[in-house]
Amino acid sequence: MKERYPDVTIETVCRLLIPPIQLFGLYVIAHGHYSPGGGFQGGCILGASFIMMFIAYDIGEVKRRMREKLNTILCATGVLIYAGIGILCLVLGANYLDYGILHQILPAYPAKARALGTFGIEIGVGITVMSVMISIFLNIGTAGEHEGEPE
Amino acid sequence: MIWQLDIMFLVLVVISAIASVNVKDLLSSAILLGAYSFLMCLLWIEMGAVDVAFTEAAVGAGISTAFFIGFIFQTTRRTKD
Repeated sequence: MKERYPDVTIETVCRLLIPPIQLFGLYVIAHGHYSPGGGFQGGCILGASFIMMFIAYDIGEVKRRMREKLNTILCATGVLIYAGIGILCLVLGANYLDYGILHQILPAYPAKARALGTFGIEIGVGITVMSVMISIFLNIGTAGEHEGEPE
Repeated sequence: MIWQLDIMFLVLVVISAIASVNVKDLLSSAILLGAYSFLMCLLWIEMGAVDVAFTEAAVGAGISTAFFIGFIFQTTRRTKD
């Protein structure tokens, strides 16, 4: 890994830009079924904000904000949310990912329950895509030789 | 659908694709590939496929360019052998 060259312009611009980027990613995930966007695109935008932090600062800053262990756990949690909602529909007696049946446990009529189920799926996809993007970039940016957890 | 815009974007897409293959420097090639992705995104918007265009902008122009640059920093300027 090359040594770090501190640059006040790049650091200030990234410090100002990263929170709006993350807010926009959350908006894309949450507003995905009314407008273009969804879990995959929002997860990519959230992962890109961490990649921007990696470029502006160094790998220690990224690992301080998003620990390697937490990243792996989040990666599995998204898949668990996706599969869990699908299996929940199976348990309630409908097909896999047939969200309409969720109105039996949610305080909503079937159409609203369908929208909420889609929203849960989008959240799971977004979490998984974000953590996989961060993981891929951490591994290729340091050729897989990044050191352990920072103190 | 505006056919003049369509023709312009198609010509620019072809030019940037050919240039990204033919250029010698790897970093220039990655940046030209990002430009290709962004022009492809404009083409998708122009054809009315906004969701595909959003994916192209997020993945093609954003993430994959960063991945390519990360890979290029692992290479060396000259071959070892």
